Amino acid sequence: MAVNLADYKNIWVYAEQRGGKLQNVALELIGEGRRLSREINAEVWAVLIGNGIDDLATECFEYGADKVLLIQDEKLAKYTTDGYTKALCDAINEYKPEIVMYGATHIGRDLAPRCAARCNTGLTADCTHLDIDMDGYIAFTSENTTLDVSTVDKNDTKALGLKMTRPAFGGNLMATIIIPNHRPQMSTVRPGVMSKREREVGATGEIVKFNPVITDADIRVQVLEVVKSAKELVSLTDADIICSGGRGVGGPEGFQIIKDFAAKVGGVVGSSRACVDAGWIDHAHQVGQTGTTVKPKIYFACGISGAIQHLAGMQNSDIIVAINKDPDAPIFEVADYGIVGDLFKVIPEIMAAWDK
Amino acid sequence: MNFQLTKEQEFVRKMVREFAVNEVEPIAADIDKEHRFPVETVEKMAKYGLLGVPFPTEVGGTGGDHISYAITVEELSRVCASTGVICSAHTSLCSWPIFKYGTPEQKAKYLPDLNSGKKLGAFGLTEPGAGTDAAMQQTKAEDCGDYWLLNGSKVFITNGGYADVFCIMAMTDKSKGTKGISSFIVEKGDEGFSIGKTEDKMGICASSTTELIFQNCKIPKDRLLGKIGEGFKVAMSTLDGGRIGIASQALGIAQGALDVTVEYMQARKQFGKKLSQMQALQFEVANMATQIEAARLLVYKAADMKDKGLPYGKNAAMAKLFAAETAMYVTTKAVQLHGGYGFTKDYPVERMMRDAKITEIYEGTSEVQKMVISAAVFAK
Amino acid sequence: MAFKILVCAKQVPDTNVIKINPVTGTLIRDGVPSILNPDDANALEEALKLKDKYDDVTVTVVTMGPPQADQMIFECIAMGADEGIILSDRAVGGSDTQATANALTAAIKKIGDFDMIFAGRQAIDGDTAQVGPQIAEKLGLPQVTYVEEFDINEDRTEVTVKRQLEDGYELIKVKTPCMLTCIKELNQPRYMHVAGIFAPNKDIKIWSAADVEVDLETVGLKASPTNVYKSFTPRPKGKGVMLTGETEKDLAADLIARFKAKHII
Repeated sequence: MAVNLADYKNIWVYAEQRGGKLQNVALELIGEGRRLSREINAEVWAVLIGNGIDDLATECFEYGADKVLLIQDEKLAKYTTDGYTKALCDAINEYKPEIVMYGATHIGRDLAPRCAARCNTGLTADCTHLDIDMDGYIAFTSENTTLDVSTVDKNDTKALGLKMTRPAFGGNLMATIIIPNHRPQMSTVRPGVMSKREREVGATGEIVKFNPVITDADIRVQVLEVVKSAKELVSLTDADIICSGGRGVGGPEGFQIIKDFAAKVGGVVGSSRACVDAGWIDHAHQVGQTGTTVKPKIYFACGISGAIQHLAGMQNSDIIVAINKDPDAPIFEVADYGIVGDLFKVIPEIMAAWDK
Repeated sequence: MNFQLTKEQEFVRKMVREFAVNEVEPIAADIDKEHRFPVETVEKMAKYGLLGVPFPTEVGGTGGDHISYAITVEELSRVCASTGVICSAHTSLCSWPIFKYGTPEQKAKYLPDLNSGKKLGAFGLTEPGAGTDAAMQQTKAEDCGDYWLLNGSKVFITNGGYADVFCIMAMTDKSKGTKGISSFIVEKGDEGFSIGKTEDKMGICASSTTELIFQNCKIPKDRLLGKIGEGFKVAMSTLDGGRIGIASQALGIAQGALDVTVEYMQARKQFGKKLSQMQALQFEVANMATQIEAARLLVYKAADMKDKGLPYGKNAAMAKLFAAETAMYVTTKAVQLHGGYGFTKDYPVERMMRDAKITEIYEGTSEVQKMVISAAVFAK
Repeated sequence: MAFKILVCAKQVPDTNVIKINPVTGTLIRDGVPSILNPDDANALEEALKLKDKYDDVTVTVVTMGPPQADQMIFECIAMGADEGIILSDRAVGGSDTQATANALTAAIKKIGDFDMIFAGRQAIDGDTAQVGPQIAEKLGLPQVTYVEEFDINEDRTEVTVKRQLEDGYELIKVKTPCMLTCIKELNQPRYMHVAGIFAPNKDIKIWSAADVEVDLETVGLKASPTNVYKSFTPRPKGKGVMLTGETEKDLAADLIARFKAKHII
């Protein structure tokens, strides 16, 4: 059941807020949406859903949104699948955006599939790269992947829309997904992958208010409470420096040196999956395919062999430093700087040299 | 002839492999070092039916067969030979003779609890003066009208310290030689029955090996297992089956040693090359793998014959003889291929090598197996 | 009063052992075992825990896939499920998540009444986490995703769950029937029971598209809104520099000097 593609215009970003605070990924997506919108002569809209969140619009504008769609209702004060799906889908039907992007967060990944099903359209999960312009896509794939770009037909009408690239099979494979005949084209995008724009203080734009009719009967779940966990705070996605420990730290007590290291360099503690599975450290620290994808300025991989699942989550870091006893560890394949040695001896020396 | 495992047998391997890797392997080195009987593992094995594999559901078993039982002991032993023998001694040496020789009342009383692992079983034949020469039993059972009175002691009893039910051989009529031996069921807590010293062993250190002491031990009349004077037959037929269990244990030890060695050889580099790229060492691995496969065929064949109701004593002896020697050969090579690291407790092969030795000794030494095999050969 | 639980499961290649052919850049599937998707094992475990607790609970596993998915269903039944249904038909081949949800929704409607659906959060081959919510939408059920703790009231009309967030959790109450998608923090899946492996006459049904009366316009490759445009493997980043130095101190000094030269710190 194809729709008239020409009816759909503009790029929407679901500007996820929690407790009145915009999530970083929303700003990253506004940046990405802005970039893409300029390729197709469209606008980027930030969609804010909640209650009493008027003031977040400014932030959206300052990070690059052309318009803000503001949907407020007291029944939307807390995130619920039912309430937010209805609000967003009603707005989509009203304004017909060409593209809707969500952060691939625990909320985005709850909301997006439900909306895609209701709008009878396609959704691509966990994207790590987006293109509309064919030349841009060819440039990206030829630089970063093994794709034979001579197979890309620039005039393939099916592929003129959004090209959504994502990892599959545990990061072993990548695929570019298109949605040729349905609109809007939806995708969730991994936090930390896209870049937000420089904040432009004072930037403004038009606020469009939309008021869906939401009744009590629409919302079938009851959110009793939202609890910030007492776990020590790890914001791997926001960190400039990550110090990660792997099996080479030897045990839970081995993470002490990683924690000291992180404290010294102003970084956050990360971990490979092996240590999380072994119970040495909490899952919140896990970097990789089944953990968090990170893109810090410096990633220290200490005693991490570099299983492909781990590489998938950190190989886009600006600078990777690997410290490992085994000179053949696969981590050295992706490292910018490799140090063969005992992490328990090397790290203290780096800490000592850090301030000099 | 069919060399394919059934779907069920394949699933048993998958299940026990997962169980062993997740529940048994992580503690194998520790319990060996601490000489600690893994009570918690026994509970877990019980929960998943691993202590009642080859028995029908009517007596609380899983409805499985002896090939599945062999696979169970093999897969447990692949990561921990101590855990393997706990299962083997319980199943082959206690549950099986009760299943085979027990009265309907005895089966109903003991088998559901043994098969569900609510109770653990052991077997008592060996005495200080009656090892390979098992007929030299000194433990006596006296018919005292209302009860049997047992006096004597047993040594090297696997599961001894933790078992609830024991199948015990004792002389009821010394004048009749082996025909004067009878078999009894003794329970933990029976008056006059106690556990003596625990052996400090070279290998299978996490299994319990103890002395059993009977000092005017009174047991009810209905504890006689089989007929009077049938005890030697009970013991020998039980050991025939037990040998399938020990052969499976040996097979598992060998396979485990090979697996970790292959992994090590793919990681370890010397002279700029991985060990796995050196032909002389590749050929060692080829020999190890071939011996293991030959042992496996012998073990599964003996188990299959038992399942089919065919006489399997000779085949069980061959399987045990060959698998035990394979375990010793493969583990010794595995340590060698690990070099100095193999001699340390950082790697599991030294434990495997220590564990392998007992498989050439218990439930009939290799020499006893040769006696059984050659007797069958010359009987023709 | 019977309480019927459906568990949506998928048989997946074990991505931990997948290798890439370095020449062609394609997946080497030979010798890669097919497994019960890990999150789905958590879903099944939670259903089985309810079955352990209440005598009248039945657990039905539903999957879509080739007939060989009977291996996975066998495993689920050996773990304790009562029956399994495989929707297997060429017509549903090539379905994306939306079309898969259409097909499974038809199968679930064919099953009829149920009280609860557990699914895994996501499958390790695609990692989309979409099919569960999309089935819920098509069935008109409320959903809770990322369930890490589960509780049900006495008359089993209402469940209270913890829904994992990146920085905490939400405590959510929802009436049955509902769709819950499960994560590994929820529980520790049991192993198969040996008696379950040997239990005769396992109830494994294979249904065709016609059996579930699904509209063929809504399933399969053609009905899928998303299409795979290209697939490829990531290009490994160029090899960096191995630092050399006599001592750890030299190595550290070299690293810091390079950082400074490049204005990294």
